[in-house]
Amino acid sequence: MADLIWLIPAFPAIGFLINGLLGVRFPKTLTAWVACLSVIASFAVSATIFVQFLQMAPESRVFEKTVFDWIVSGDFKTQIGFRIDALSIIMCLIVSGVGSLIHIYSAGYMHDDPGFRRYFCYLNLFVFMMLTLVTGDNVLVMFVGWEGVGLCSYLLIGFWYEKDSAANAGKKAFIVNRIGDFGFLLGVFTLVGFLGSQGIWTLKFSELQANAHLIAPGLATVITLLFFVGATGKSAQIPLYVWLPDAMEGPTPVSSLIHAATMVTAGVYMIARLNFLYVLAPTTLLIITIVGLLTAFFAATIGCAQYDIKRVLAYSTVSQLGYMFVGVGAGAYAAGVFHLMTHAFFKGLLFLAAGSVMHAMSGELDMRKMGGLRKKIPITYWTTFIACLAIAGVPGLSGFFSKDEILWMAYSRHHSIWFWLVGAATAGMTAFYMFRMFFNTFHGESRASEEVKHHIHESPKVMTVPLMVLAVLSIAGGYVGVPHLLGGANHIEKWLEPVFGHHAPAAAHAGGFNIVSTAFASSGEAGGIEAGMEMKLMIGAIIIGLLGIFIAWLFYVKNPNLPKRFVQKFQGLFTLVHNKYYVDEVYGFIFVRGLMKLGKFFKDYFDELIIDGIINNIAAALSGIGNIIRKVQTGLVQGYAFAIIFGAIIVIGYLISRIL
Amino acid sequence: MLPEIPQDLYYLLSAVLFTVGAIGVITRRNAIVIFMCIELMLNAVNLSFVTSGNFLNSLDGTIFVIFIMAVAAAEAAVGLAIFVLIFRLKGTVHVDDFNLLKG
Repeated sequence: MADLIWLIPAFPAIGFLINGLLGVRFPKTLTAWVACLSVIASFAVSATIFVQFLQMAPESRVFEKTVFDWIVSGDFKTQIGFRIDALSIIMCLIVSGVGSLIHIYSAGYMHDDPGFRRYFCYLNLFVFMMLTLVTGDNVLVMFVGWEGVGLCSYLLIGFWYEKDSAANAGKKAFIVNRIGDFGFLLGVFTLVGFLGSQGIWTLKFSELQANAHLIAPGLATVITLLFFVGATGKSAQIPLYVWLPDAMEGPTPVSSLIHAATMVTAGVYMIARLNFLYVLAPTTLLIITIVGLLTAFFAATIGCAQYDIKRVLAYSTVSQLGYMFVGVGAGAYAAGVFHLMTHAFFKGLLFLAAGSVMHAMSGELDMRKMGGLRKKIPITYWTTFIACLAIAGVPGLSGFFSKDEILWMAYSRHHSIWFWLVGAATAGMTAFYMFRMFFNTFHGESRASEEVKHHIHESPKVMTVPLMVLAVLSIAGGYVGVPHLLGGANHIEKWLEPVFGHHAPAAAHAGGFNIVSTAFASSGEAGGIEAGMEMKLMIGAIIIGLLGIFIAWLFYVKNPNLPKRFVQKFQGLFTLVHNKYYVDEVYGFIFVRGLMKLGKFFKDYFDELIIDGIINNIAAALSGIGNIIRKVQTGLVQGYAFAIIFGAIIVIGYLISRIL
Repeated sequence: MLPEIPQDLYYLLSAVLFTVGAIGVITRRNAIVIFMCIELMLNAVNLSFVTSGNFLNSLDGTIFVIFIMAVAAAEAAVGLAIFVLIFRLKGTVHVDDFNLLKG
C-alpha cells in the first residue's frame, strides 16, 4: 500500500486533465461524474490506508514514497515524495471526504452555469493541490501545494470574472496570500540555509525532525515566526485576514470547500506538521495564541453586525480559524487538528446550506429579506440547525468537544484565565451571531418580495444528500475526541501522538510561558491539570454559549423590535462594526494607496525618465545618423557605378604604390 | 608578313577600351549607350584574356573569353528586355528618370 500513496493526489489530477483536455464535448453529466469519481477515488485510497493504519502499531503508522529526484544541487537534494502518517491521513480523509460531498453538491448547484466544466476543472485541481500539500514529505512539495491551492482559490473566487467585484476579490486574495507566502519562503530559506551550514542539506520532514535539536532557540523563533506569517496569509489571521470575507464572491460550494473546510486550514496543518520546530520556540507559540485569540474575538464581533449570510459565515470562519491557532499555539496540536476536522464538517455544512438557501431565494443573500423559510425548505432548515448547534458549542455535538478542548488548553497551558475568558466570550458571540442568522433566515415572517416567495423550493437530492451526510458528521464527528473528563478516551489525541509526541506539554511548560502568567497576573495555578477546574470552565463555556443563543432568540424571535432599538442606541458602535472597523479602508489608505504612489513614482521617474529615456535617446540618435547618411543613396545607378570605380581606383592605386 | 606586335600594346589597347567603357558608363545618360559601354568593358577584358593566352601558349584565356561571351549574350538579352519594359512604362530610357531606390 505504501507504494500507492501517491495515488491520493494523483486521482484528482487525472480528473482535472480529463475534464480539462478532453472535456470540450462532454455532456455535463459526464464532466460531473469524472470530477466526483476522481475525488471519491482519492477518498477510497485514503480510507484504505486509514483502515490499514488501524491494524498497525501506532509508531509504525508511516508510509513514505519517493517518486523522483526533483532538485539536486551539490549536497542539496529535494525529491518529489509523499508521506502519509497519522496527521496527514486525517487531513486526506477530511479533504477528499468533504471534497467529494461538495463535488456532488456542486453538480446540482452549478448545473445551469455556463462555466460548468471550467468550474470542475478548477475544483479538481484544487483538491489535487490540497492533497499534495498535506501528503508532501518535504517543505518544498508542501510549498508547491501551498501555492497551488492559492492559485485555485484565486481562480475560483474570480470564477464569475465578468463581475468586477469577483475579479477584484480574486486579486485581493491572491496578493494578500502572496504576502504571507513571502514569509513562508523566507522561513524555508532560513531553515535550509542554517541546517546547510551545519552540513545537513535537507527539507524532508523526517530528517528535519531528527536534526531540529541543532537549531538555536533564537533562530527557531525567527524561522517559526516566518512560517507563521505564511499561515496568517493562508489561514486568514490578523493582520492578513482581509481577503477571506471578500472571497465570498466565488460560488458558494467553493466558499464551503476552499474558504471554510480545507484550504484555510492549511496554516494550522503546516504548524502542526512542523510542530518539532514550534516546540523549540515558546515565544512564537505565545504570539500565535495571542494572534489567534485576537482574530477569533475581533472577527466574531464583526460577524454580529453583518447582514449578508455568507459574510457572517466568512467572519465566523476567520474566528474559528483563530480558535485553531489558539489550540496549536498552546502546543495542543491535536486539539487544533480536532477543531480543524469538526469545523470542516459544520462550517462546510453551513456554507452548503447557505447555498441551498440562496438556491431557494433566487440568489438573495441579505438576511433582512428572508425569514419564514422553516416550513418551505425543511431539510436545509434542520441541517442548518444542527450545524448552528455544533458551532455554538452545545453539548453533545462535535463543536462542543473540540472548542472546549481548545479553551481548556489555552487556559491550562498558558496559565492565564484571560485567554480562557476571551475565548469563551468569543464562543458566546459565535452562538449569538449564528443563531441571529438562523432565526433571521428561517423564522418569523417572510420579508421576501412576492416574486421570490413564489419561487421558494427545496433543493434537489444531489444537494440535500451532502447536507444530510455533513449534518450526521457534525453530530458524530466530535465523538472521536471526547475528553477524559467526560469519561471518553480522546481517541484523536492518542491517534496523533506518534506525530506530536508527548513532548508538547512538557516543552510548553519548560518554555517562556512564565512571562504570560506574570504579565497577566492571572489566577491560574502553575502546572497541574485539575479536573475540578476543567469541569468548572466547561460548564462556564456551556452557559456562555447557551446565553448567546438565548439572546439571539430574545432579539430576533421573541421581540423583533429589540435589535432596531439596540442599533439606534449604539448607532456609532454599530456603524463601526458593520463596516468591519474600517480595516479595509485603513489598509487601502496606508498600504494600497502608499504602494500605488510608490509605483507611480517609479513609473514616472524611473521607468519613463531613465529606462525609457535611455532607449528612446539611443533610437533617436540612430535615426538621426540614418537621416544624414541616407542622402548618399540617390537612387541613380550611375552614381553608384562611379563610387565603385572610384573605390576600385583607390584600392588599385594603393596596391600599385605598394609595389613601386 | 606584318611585324610582331608587342604584348604591351595589346594590354594598352585593352586598358584604353576599358577606361573608355567605364567613363561612358558613368557619364552617359542613355541606357542603351551605357549598355554598349558595358559591352565595351567586357570586350576589353576579353582582349586582355586572349592576349595573355596567346603569349603564354595556353588555351585558358580563350576558354574564359568563351564563357564571358556567353554571359554577355545572356546579359544582353535580359538587359534589353528590361529596357523595353521600362520604356513601355515610362516612355524613356533616360537613366536620370529612374531613381526610385533613393534613401
